[in-house]
Amino acid sequence: MEPDLDTGSVPGGPGGEVSGGTAALLRSAAPSALRWETGLAILVVAILVFGAMVSPQFLTSGNFFNTGVTSGEVAIMALPMTLIVISGEIDLSVASTLGMSSALLGYLWSKHWPMPAIFVMVLVLGLVAGLINGLLVTRVGLPSLAVTIGTLALYRGVALILLGPNTISDFPAGYTNIGVLPIPHTQLPYNVAIFAVLAVIFGIVLHATAAGRSIYAMGASPAAALFAGIRVKRIKTTLFVVSGMVCALAGVLWTFRLATAVQNNGYGEELAVVAIVLLGGVSIFGGKGSLGGVVLAAVAFAGLQNALLLTNFNQEASGIVIGGLLLVSVFAPNLAAMRRTGLPRWARFRGGHRSPAAGTGHD
Amino acid sequence: MSATVTARREPGGPSANVSSRRLTERVFRIREFGIIAVLVVFVAITMSIQPSFLDEQNIQFLLINTTVFALLALGETIVVVSRNVDLSIGSVLGLSAYLSAGLFGEHHGIPVPVVFLAGLGIGLACGIANGLMVAVGRVPSLVVTLATLYIIRGIDTLIVGGNEVTAQTLPAAFTNIAHASAGGVPYVAIAVAAVIGLGAYYLRAFRSGRELYAIGSNPEAARLAGIGVGRRVFTAFTISGGIAGVAGVLWAAQYQTVDSLAGTGYELTVISAVVVGGVAIFGGSGSAVGAAVGALLLSAINSALNVLGISQLWLEAIAGFLLLVAITLDRVISVKLVAALRRRSSGVGT
Repeated sequence: MEPDLDTGSVPGGPGGEVSGGTAALLRSAAPSALRWETGLAILVVAILVFGAMVSPQFLTSGNFFNTGVTSGEVAIMALPMTLIVISGEIDLSVASTLGMSSALLGYLWSKHWPMPAIFVMVLVLGLVAGLINGLLVTRVGLPSLAVTIGTLALYRGVALILLGPNTISDFPAGYTNIGVLPIPHTQLPYNVAIFAVLAVIFGIVLHATAAGRSIYAMGASPAAALFAGIRVKRIKTTLFVVSGMVCALAGVLWTFRLATAVQNNGYGEELAVVAIVLLGGVSIFGGKGSLGGVVLAAVAFAGLQNALLLTNFNQEASGIVIGGLLLVSVFAPNLAAMRRTGLPRWARFRGGHRSPAAGTGHD
Repeated sequence: MSATVTARREPGGPSANVSSRRLTERVFRIREFGIIAVLVVFVAITMSIQPSFLDEQNIQFLLINTTVFALLALGETIVVVSRNVDLSIGSVLGLSAYLSAGLFGEHHGIPVPVVFLAGLGIGLACGIANGLMVAVGRVPSLVVTLATLYIIRGIDTLIVGGNEVTAQTLPAAFTNIAHASAGGVPYVAIAVAAVIGLGAYYLRAFRSGRELYAIGSNPEAARLAGIGVGRRVFTAFTISGGIAGVAGVLWAAQYQTVDSLAGTGYELTVISAVVVGGVAIFGGSGSAVGAAVGALLLSAINSALNVLGISQLWLEAIAGFLLLVAITLDRVISVKLVAALRRRSSGVGT
């Protein structure tokens, strides 16, 4: 793990000073990352205070349940997205994968399949969806932004083909209760509990394993990561596959929560997922960010939407606040970076292998 | 991508200049040739199955349907070529459509050109905001325009509330824009084609247009070469915003009912059209004409499904599949081209 890190995060730097430089880099990066999460924690508290001030209903257990249950799936999809963005890629097809899984669930249920077999099929579908993304990005060498815009349409299109204008809603109450009942003996909605479990797993993988460090390394410099012996393509493919399967799971939860399988389930939520990840302090260029930040951002996102809902603020217009937060999240670290280095960060935009023509730049 | 390579070679030296320029032209021809060939083959196949596909009425319908997307594709091309992306165009279109078409209800007898100017102004304001943040704030355009997608749609929702602009409030002079035609070709299609022609000429022939390609190929090199990167990128976003504003007015004339959802999700459709049309998503190559043909192809598929009696449900999947095929083919061609260039330049150089 140590060698991966050292050679991985310093592009092309030979010699003994490398590890010292990396350590210094880490030391200087750590406090600022810490500050970012502190800022998010303060934001969460501020939202709690704001919510409590504007509505007596805000700090009730019933409202916590509602807030959690309506935000669970988007938060779940933000977890694999965090790893993908840190690795220097992006997956815009997440919400379409959710919709496609939901459609398959409804379709197979309407064909009287047994529920366990349906779950297996839905997870396999998620796996295939992720594999298509991953292979096109890593093996064909296409930019993930373009690939996943394509599969965004393709997967949503498959959902349309499967269900058409139909709505399937005759699911057994034992499943659809997850939208209204908490886990027995607790106040937690099922999807929030699953989010918590997955967050711990993803957090450990990202922050405490060699694979996790490799993800940072390839996000910071794909070429250096490759030279360091990291299986960049294999890890990225795996990340897309995991994302597909997690989104399939989110599709199942979404379907049961609303007790409805319809082709436009989750439509447009990919932007909310990306917004949460970026608000969580993950750099769109890859190589930076933490899962804790994203979890805090997901909580802030959910709390803010709920608070705005309770203030009778037009809920659709909550985009103003979310967009504003997104701008703050991207301007704040940039202003700091500009003060330090004076260099525009976006000049590095195509530094990675995601650009198909990058290879030609080196000859 | 492929043109990126040649563009970088060009300043290499006078001896390499002629051959690489010829190659550049050939590449540009290939890029547009590919998408046009696909369109022609597609139309031919559809027509052989169902001759009514090329009915005058159907063509008219197809062209009118394409205008808004083709216009938006022009603005998006100018932005994407400079290695940026504008995700806010759908929201800008929605805001402009509501505010400008709403003018007819508030000021009776307001001339149609004034309404178009209003739409242009709204779009320019949004574009300037995007451009300032990207160019001066130096933050990635993907994030900025994702944020303004939300913010502008939010403002739109606040203004619109539960209202909508209805067809009754719109004068005939306005709604006729989408239908009046000369010899079967809608005026609006001619106007949009002219605008796209101007845009394509600007990108291809003007210094500032060429500089957008240079920025998209390599921003750092462009800066070192003395190009005002920030100013050019700012201009690109301003143009894209202005075009989205005008497209909003056209949208209102076409659909005649405008609520707070107008244009939702258009950004991804337009980016699909642009990429299918051969514009590299990471900048530096592609043409406005290609992007417009990409928009036309997507509309043609839509129309063909209709004519062939295939369910519209297949449209989105086909569009997505087509995008994947387009970028995969482009990648394969560009890899081959790089290999060919290497052989050629080593032959010329030694």
